[in-house]
Amino acid sequence: MSLAYYKEENKDMQKNEYDVIIIGAGVEGCMIARELSRYKLRILLIEKNDDVATGTTKANTGIVHAGYNAAVGSNKASMNVRGNALFDTIASELNVPFERIGDYVVALTDEDIPKIEALLDKGKKNGVPGIEILSKEEMLRREPNLNPNLKLALYAPTGGMVDPIGLSIAAAENAIDNGVEIKLLTEVKNLLKKGKRIVGVETNRGNFYGKWIINSAGLYSDVIMKWAGIESDFKITPRKGEYFIFDPSYKPIHSILFPTPTPTTKGILVTITTYGNIGIGPNDEETEDKEDKSTTYPGLKEVMDGGKRLVPSLNMKYIIKEFAGLRARGNAGLMHDRYSSMIPRDFIMEVPDDVVEGFVNLAGIESPGLAASPGIAEWVVNALKEHGLKMEKKKDFNPIRTPIPSFASLSREEQARLIEKDPRFGRIVCRCENVTEGEIVRAIHAPLPALSYDALKRRLHIGMGRCQGGFDTPRTIEILSRELGIPPVKVTKNGDDSFFLKRETKSVEAKK
Amino acid sequence: MREKAIDVAIIGSGPAGMAAAISAKQAGAEDVLLIDREIEEGGILNQCIHNGFGTQIFRKDLTGPEYVHFFAEKVMASNVKVWNDTMVLELTPEREIYAISPERGMVKIKARSVVLAMGCRERPRGAINIPGDRPSGVYTAGTVQRLINIEGYMPGERFVILGSGDIGMIMARRVTLEGGRVERVVEILPYLSGLRRNYSQCIVDYNIPLQLSHTVVRINGRKHLESVTIAKVDEKRKPIAGTEETIPADTLILSVGLIPENELSKQAGVLIDPLTGGPYVDESMQTNIPGIFAAGNVVHVYDLVDWVSKAGELAGRSAGKYAVKHKEESRRKIRLLPGKNVHHIVPQFFDPLSLEEGEQKIQFRVTKPFETTVKVSMIGNNNKKVKERILRYARPSEMIEINIPQSIIGSLSRVKTLSIDVEEVKNA
Ligand SMILES: Cc1cc2nc3c(=O)[nH]c(=O)nc-3n(C[C@H](O)[C@H](O)[C@H](O)COP(=O)(O)OP(=O)(O)OC[C@H]3O[C@@H](n4cnc5c(N)ncnc54)[C@H](O)[C@@H]3O)c2cc1C
Ligand SMILES: Cc1cc2nc3c(=O)[nH]c(=O)nc-3n(C[C@H](O)[C@H](O)[C@H](O)COP(=O)(O)OP(=O)(O)OC[C@H]3O[C@@H](n4cnc5c(N)ncnc54)[C@H](O)[C@@H]3O)c2cc1C
Repeated sequence: MSLAYYKEENKDMQKNEYDVIIIGAGVEGCMIARELSRYKLRILLIEKNDDVATGTTKANTGIVHAGYNAAVGSNKASMNVRGNALFDTIASELNVPFERIGDYVVALTDEDIPKIEALLDKGKKNGVPGIEILSKEEMLRREPNLNPNLKLALYAPTGGMVDPIGLSIAAAENAIDNGVEIKLLTEVKNLLKKGKRIVGVETNRGNFYGKWIINSAGLYSDVIMKWAGIESDFKITPRKGEYFIFDPSYKPIHSILFPTPTPTTKGILVTITTYGNIGIGPNDEETEDKEDKSTTYPGLKEVMDGGKRLVPSLNMKYIIKEFAGLRARGNAGLMHDRYSSMIPRDFIMEVPDDVVEGFVNLAGIESPGLAASPGIAEWVVNALKEHGLKMEKKKDFNPIRTPIPSFASLSREEQARLIEKDPRFGRIVCRCENVTEGEIVRAIHAPLPALSYDALKRRLHIGMGRCQGGFDTPRTIEILSRELGIPPVKVTKNGDDSFFLKRETKSVEAKK
Repeated sequence: MREKAIDVAIIGSGPAGMAAAISAKQAGAEDVLLIDREIEEGGILNQCIHNGFGTQIFRKDLTGPEYVHFFAEKVMASNVKVWNDTMVLELTPEREIYAISPERGMVKIKARSVVLAMGCRERPRGAINIPGDRPSGVYTAGTVQRLINIEGYMPGERFVILGSGDIGMIMARRVTLEGGRVERVVEILPYLSGLRRNYSQCIVDYNIPLQLSHTVVRINGRKHLESVTIAKVDEKRKPIAGTEETIPADTLILSVGLIPENELSKQAGVLIDPLTGGPYVDESMQTNIPGIFAAGNVVHVYDLVDWVSKAGELAGRSAGKYAVKHKEESRRKIRLLPGKNVHHIVPQFFDPLSLEEGEQKIQFRVTKPFETTVKVSMIGNNNKKVKERILRYARPSEMIEINIPQSIIGSLSRVKTLSIDVEEVKNA
């Protein structure tokens, strides 16, 4: 399977006709694919990068929001509250870490108090369960390291944390297990139309035909919409958010802590990830470039100051990593076009059959897109049913996804047995996270293959420990080269020209 | 799961571990096991193919692999059991070791004494927080050394090196010899952080441009490194706006320090000195856990391998004796404390009665460079000076060793702590 990506594409007439083609394997595309795989359908999931969850889904806060933030009556509100409710089942079926650690919005000034009260009111109208206002004393009892000048706080017990990358990979693996086809390194270049109807997609690996095309292309969903023929001024402007991640040994807080929001952002928050690291961020900076995920001195400074406003004692000495993500900020409801009656910046979720047939359009899926993803997937299924796609449930749908055994989390006895069965589990490749050659080989040959170093990192957490890959990189390059059947100089960090090695050394060349 | 009982288990077969194995045997231990996760013994030296090793012990200028070869032969000759390709996953305070290998599977080893000789690891990019993109082409110096010297691959053609430590300077020369071009070596400190010898042999001799008081402020390149932005820093090591310069490069090598590798030690309850990053040890290299000894870069980072071998020898001898006859706990330990201008000292504890067997050695580093004569004084908590020594200079990059002479044993009878001060000698 994985090897096929490095061979010439089979140019013969393939069976490349599908019922549904999904463009983009972010969390939305993966969750939609998994939800649709319950039905007897031929489904294709297409992704331009070398792995799933490499777009916005790769770099975000990972909060399963409770749902008190979005405007009453918006898609954001209804999808968030519905998605949140579905998370317990989904996380346990897909075997991904998810915890409802609770989220808080803290008022730091007297002016913040009415805003917190407005959030409570909105939350109740949106149907968020269990939200309440806590006194200063109660808040400080729960989180003693919060800014002692705080006035009061909003508490939402259903707020939780999930690993967005882990969730997407798991959803994609489970979808594949249930018959979905996935094509990585495949970029949709245009849509194929017959009159008013879209009949397929044109890609760098040939054309694929489908009865229904779903646009879940994240930052590029505005481009896909244009190709579909929807005329509007809708445009996605990326907004950068930068973060710091701290060493897991440092834990000054243990829940999700927001400052009081501004009209456009939820502010720089302090939270704890499912892997036990404190994270702070994001700031909110407009950029023109949809691929610019660089961090900056001013941005990181803003994040640091924001974090310290909430938790003044934050010790920057424990920072181990920084990164940036791009929000797909849309302008729905702000222009005079077909979306002018929408609530400003709401998710676009539509089957626009007044202008084009066979097209499901999801655009501007910024936050809370992760929390909403199970709700959005459910909405897509219903929309397809309503628009006449024949959908019959599979009897043999398997909702459970079994991950590759993680050597480090097994007992010594289980580890001993695993090595007996496959000696490759007896060789540690990543010494900080104790990841073995056995796990790496399995991930490379999995139905959703890991084709690069970062893809292995996302699945196995290699190189994410104390030495940040210093030890495992040479060894992992060797294994990727051997298992993919490519020379070491062709092994990449994350596709394209992200090569590790340039050439052989002179002495090696001389020996030849 | 297989189980195995052993006299002395040594974790790590670098120069410290090999020396410890040989001396543990000599001290009378019968069953000595040397464990390493690499496929050959020798530790980090196997990838150090340059010369400069052994100038102190052998009075010879050997390459890393030659130095290893000398000790590996002795290990063989002394009938030490060697398990390579074997990773120690866990060490308990009761000296039980869980180790795995593809060949033997999981083995539980019960050792009468243990020597920790796991060496150190390099500080990564995250630990120094350079903003910018996250492309390929950014490596630590040791990783590049392994790629070139062991795997036989050059990672790029145009290099910028951050850090003037020894490994950074050695790699500047190495990539130049391989036909690469070092555009710049930048060092955030106002002085060199590695040895003078390496500066002249690796930087000056190859006309490599080096800038002090500069650092990397941005990494540029979406998928692969394209350039590196550097800037001058002020006295507080903060970049000065307006001094930025962008240097095209496809590889950035980070040589920004080493950290002792003590995850296993901590599991076993071994206490770590925050100043060295390694265990607190006494004059026999024993940690706070009876029967667990430590030596080499796992204790504190050495600049010369000769010292590492000597420390390994001492720890091995102590561990060997311990395994043969449980050493009675010593009555009294004096704490050695870093005083004026001293960063850290090893050992941190010492038994005054050990002076009956002979003089004892202590090692330390200063906090800043002194290029003129300095005085080292050893002062008890009773304010009595017990020893003084004059040095021509003192630099953070060069470890200093001084001895505690047998003669002072009498003056230590009521002393609880001894502190070491280093001060400039005026008008010397
Ligand atoms: C800083 C930040 C913080 C956030 N925090 C949260 C949070 O805490 N909670 C929450 O609920 N949400 C949060 N979000 C929002 C959430 O991350 C997004 O809503 C969600 O990840 C969107 O997923 P997606 O699948 O729509 O997009 P993406 O993950 O971007 O996926 C789209 C995919 O489509 C692919 N693609 C694009 N064009 C093509 C093409 N032509 N051919 C083939 N493939 C193509 C891309 O490569 C990409 O993989 C945050 C977002 C940001 C930026
Ligand atoms: C990149 C580099 C370049 C250097 N260049 C020079 C130089 O030019 N001249 C000089 O004099 N000195 C140099 N040094 C310093 C010198 O090499 C070291 O001081 C010396 O090698 C340290 O020896 P050691 O035995 O303490 O550790 P190491 O040589 O690092 O050996 C430690 C061993 O322990 C093993 N190990 C660790 N954990 C485990 C585990 N859990 N299970 C099994 N095995 C384990 C490792 O695989 C390794 O083999 C250099 C050091 C480095 C890192």
